[in-house]
Amino acid sequence: MKIVVDFDKCTSNAVCMGIAPEIFEVRDDNFLYILIEEPPEASRPRVEEAVRMCPTQAISIEG
Amino acid sequence: MERICVVGASLAGLRAIETLRAGGFAGHLSLIGAEAHLPYDRPPLSKEFLAGEWDHDRTVLRRAPYDDLDVELRLGVRAHRLDVAGRAVELDGGERIAFDGLIIATGATPRTLPFRDLDGVFTLRTLDDAMALRARLDDGARVVIIGAGFIGAEVAATCRKRGLSVTLLEALAQPMVRGIGPRIGARLAQLHRDEGVDLRLGVTVDDISGDGRVERVRLADGEEIDADVVLVAVGVVAETSWLEGSGLTLDNGVVCDERLMAAPGIAAAGDVCRWPNAQFGGELMRLEHWTNATEQGVFAATSLLAHSAGESVAPFAPVPFVWSDQYDVKIQCVGRFGPDDDLEIVHGDLSDERFVALFGRDDRLVGALAFSRPRQLMGYRRMVADGASFSEALAHAADST
Repeated sequence: MKIVVDFDKCTSNAVCMGIAPEIFEVRDDNFLYILIEEPPEASRPRVEEAVRMCPTQAISIEG
Repeated sequence: MERICVVGASLAGLRAIETLRAGGFAGHLSLIGAEAHLPYDRPPLSKEFLAGEWDHDRTVLRRAPYDDLDVELRLGVRAHRLDVAGRAVELDGGERIAFDGLIIATGATPRTLPFRDLDGVFTLRTLDDAMALRARLDDGARVVIIGAGFIGAEVAATCRKRGLSVTLLEALAQPMVRGIGPRIGARLAQLHRDEGVDLRLGVTVDDISGDGRVERVRLADGEEIDADVVLVAVGVVAETSWLEGSGLTLDNGVVCDERLMAAPGIAAAGDVCRWPNAQFGGELMRLEHWTNATEQGVFAATSLLAHSAGESVAPFAPVPFVWSDQYDVKIQCVGRFGPDDDLEIVHGDLSDERFVALFGRDDRLVGALAFSRPRQLMGYRRMVADGASFSEALAHAADST
């Protein structure tokens, strides 16, 4: 599983960070950083929730 | 259950049908939508779409094929009546769609004003509304916006970005005051004025007039404001007109239980749904926010399947979240707060463009609002959900500043 973020769409609402802070981090510069690009399979349900809850639909999963 | 019908083909409706299939529902599934379009995303309509930066294609909600969902799509047709006892939705034209499970997601409809229908006067809710309005935002258009709620304030910001002259009229004392309260509202008023909006607070509109096409808006004090385009943004009404006489409880929405069930086999989701939120003492809430539509679409589908299988689900008790982008400021709110709650500004100052406001009631953290502080805000969303005290939240803010 690989996380792909469309940074043209991302507006740093940080909803993903609220769901999976070990994977998504919005820093004080208000940009999103992906801490783990290929998270373990055990994280899938929460990554899928982050995909679904992203207000700008900027996150997708490959694989 | 063998036949589930979802009425309302937008965010909540789409998430509901996706969840039904993902949850193993293998029966007949239909999705009925009054608009001709496949489900699309509304937040960009007042922002990127209206600004001309995005086209319709970028607002499409589902990229995967609808064939994967095996759903009968009935778009461009309204549900006209619900026959609860007969287990059927009657469409305009008389056709009946039989169901044994139903999800009501018909959203809301903009309020209008009781003035003559004139060319150049718009409301903004649908993609068609946004296309019509956008086509009239020519260079030099003088825009008058009636109502400084979320939609009015966002459209004001978008029009200023397009270089248009904007007059923003609000009957209450501050913009977005119902959502963000008077103190933050005053800060937002300053932002709009700094950006060149002619913001008039505490004013009411007496008439909108013109010769076929809108020419001016008259205020109650007699002042007339010239206008080429008028946007009426005075809130919405839950779309329950088709449910009158159905026997469902209608009171500012479809009144549901804490699992979003309106009646046996009938759930509701999104702007139309009013339910008791156990997270806030069972307060009956009806939310008009994107995140709520997504969460309720998923929950209503899960709840419907669970009820039909005789299983139980935990109540729907979220901490509400809403955002609004205006100019370069991202406004985000979590929780539920009002003008009587305690308010402390942390992570910045009210005069800055970045800060967080914390709201407390009886030493409980009930909500938080941020201007361009997303990282901090999400931490407080979790604290509200965990039932943190107000003093705990203030101590957390002091520690992390």
